[in-house]
Amino acid sequence: MKQFVIIILAVFLLGACSNSSKKNGNEKSATSSDLTITAAGATFPMPYYNMVFNQYSDETGVQITYGGIGSGGGIRSLTDKVVDFGATDAYLDDEQLAEMPAEVVHIPTVLGAVVIAYNLPGVDGLKLSNELLEKIFMGEITNWNDPLIAQNNAGLSFPDKEITFIHRSDGSGTTFIFSDYMTKVSSKWAEAVGTGKSLQWPVGMGAKGNPGVAGTISQTEGAIGYIGSEYAFAQKIQTAQVQNSAGNYITPSIASVSAAAKGAIPDDTRIMLTNSDDPESYPISGFTWIILYKEQNYNGRSKEQALATLKLLDWLESESAQSQAETVHYAPLPQATAEKAKTILRTVTYNGTQLLN
Amino acid sequence: MNSDKITKGVLIFASAIILLVAGGMALSLVEGAIPAFKNFGLNFIFNNNWNPTRGKENYGALPFIAGTLITSVTALIISLPLSFSASLFLGEYYRGTKMAKVLGMMVDLLAGIPSIVYGLWGFYVLRPLLVDLGLPNQGFGIFTASIILAIMIIPYATSLSNEIILMVPNELKEAAYSLGATKSEVIFNVIVPSARSGIIAGYILSFGRALGETMAVTMLIGNANVIPDGFFSTGNTMASVIANQFGEADGLKLSSLIAIGLLLFLITGIINAIGKFIIKRMA
Repeated sequence: MKQFVIIILAVFLLGACSNSSKKNGNEKSATSSDLTITAAGATFPMPYYNMVFNQYSDETGVQITYGGIGSGGGIRSLTDKVVDFGATDAYLDDEQLAEMPAEVVHIPTVLGAVVIAYNLPGVDGLKLSNELLEKIFMGEITNWNDPLIAQNNAGLSFPDKEITFIHRSDGSGTTFIFSDYMTKVSSKWAEAVGTGKSLQWPVGMGAKGNPGVAGTISQTEGAIGYIGSEYAFAQKIQTAQVQNSAGNYITPSIASVSAAAKGAIPDDTRIMLTNSDDPESYPISGFTWIILYKEQNYNGRSKEQALATLKLLDWLESESAQSQAETVHYAPLPQATAEKAKTILRTVTYNGTQLLN
Repeated sequence: MNSDKITKGVLIFASAIILLVAGGMALSLVEGAIPAFKNFGLNFIFNNNWNPTRGKENYGALPFIAGTLITSVTALIISLPLSFSASLFLGEYYRGTKMAKVLGMMVDLLAGIPSIVYGLWGFYVLRPLLVDLGLPNQGFGIFTASIILAIMIIPYATSLSNEIILMVPNELKEAAYSLGATKSEVIFNVIVPSARSGIIAGYILSFGRALGETMAVTMLIGNANVIPDGFFSTGNTMASVIANQFGEADGLKLSSLIAIGLLLFLITGIINAIGKFIIKRMA
């Protein structure tokens, strides 16, 4: 009994210590009051958000918590009004927008891509035409020594090796962008499989998350699959060149991904950038978005809270935040897109009055 | 008197919480599963589609029920001879020896290893080995998952049966020995019959663990949402499809995943009930 009491006391003391140390730490940096912004959503941009949110917290004292619970979770959290903003890799279509309890706006924050990774030792610079993508991922080509592959890759020699397609087993924005591209370039795919965060796959096997797919590919000779670019670039994974709509074979890189957003973007920024017509662009690229309510007075939120949220998002579109995207392997938004996002943020209101100016 | 009342109060409170939690879980599973069953009816159980594409949504649990039952039964069959022998070794043949102590410790150690560690070992060690032996699909599939499951349930089955074997009264065994029975005769005519129901209960509990096992299976089964067409083909289980897909699920898909959870809950319940029935019949 005595021991028990001592343990309890010790725990309380420890708790008190860590609490007080935290407070001391805060006092140093806090300039504004102890505001906390809560957000949740896509896991794809999480490394970037974590980095810039941390920096913003250090600079302004505003605490930001971001939960990487998936795009679906982000949309759900915003619907339930339990977050200040949500994040998603797939924009809300008109039907989904109509289902939201109030008007929602999208702002793109950064660009990413989906790369085609493969494991064939000694075969570098694999070129995949859209026809090959369709045939491999629909299970019509099952061996690397298929003449169609060789025809498309003069100078490379391919082993007699079974093709193992590794896809995501969990629902994912990466799958969404990949399947959106496949739907655009292959009518067969569009008919049989379609677009979605998870799909009914014609062939292949699933692995969980980008690390799961990448790990399985690297363990499996003859494997091919798709991986989020932020993960593939960081891990320097062997990737294939994909043919864009201008007919050029493009290696995925920060520059070729950024190029995908150079074309015309609609004012509400809701556009899938896959199969962009820019001749320099990597065709399986896309925005990731933050979504928030246009009228910020909901669920008893204070005006101060709403303003802090908007200031953070406005900063996300600024040069100082965007310039850091590359360090964690994302492509920054083109200037024109960032301007569009800033314009959208200036339409957000609190009790009907504009918050930012 | 007073302390008696307090004890009684605490006990009632604790039991009531268990009831509430179990009942609440069942209720929320049923509630969450309603949209799926409303949409697909009982056909949900026998439908082998799993198509989450918008506009073509069609969900059925059959591939996952099949995957779960096939892997668990195979695992049980693989583990049976090993764990039964080990428990006899520990509980009777080498009872009390140093060998038995070391083996007993190893069994407990195996039981304590988290499932993800088994998964890692299976992915990086067992799977390449099976590929070298000529297994198709790069070693992913029902067979590999079953082997890992078998290894995971061996310690459970072994230590549970061992406990039961140790509980067989010495008088019985000594009587048999004094009548001139050999060690193996004692085991199969005295120990096994009197420990039968306990041993079976142990295997049923192990089977229950195999049914619900998630992580290690997910890493090895290949996660293909189709009915496996052979021991070496890829598949998926109920627990692993839920773990994989709940994150981005909403609407009908979420409800279908919850419905699969409910089915898993029911299947585990039914298997436990069958186990209890067998124990009753045999005791």
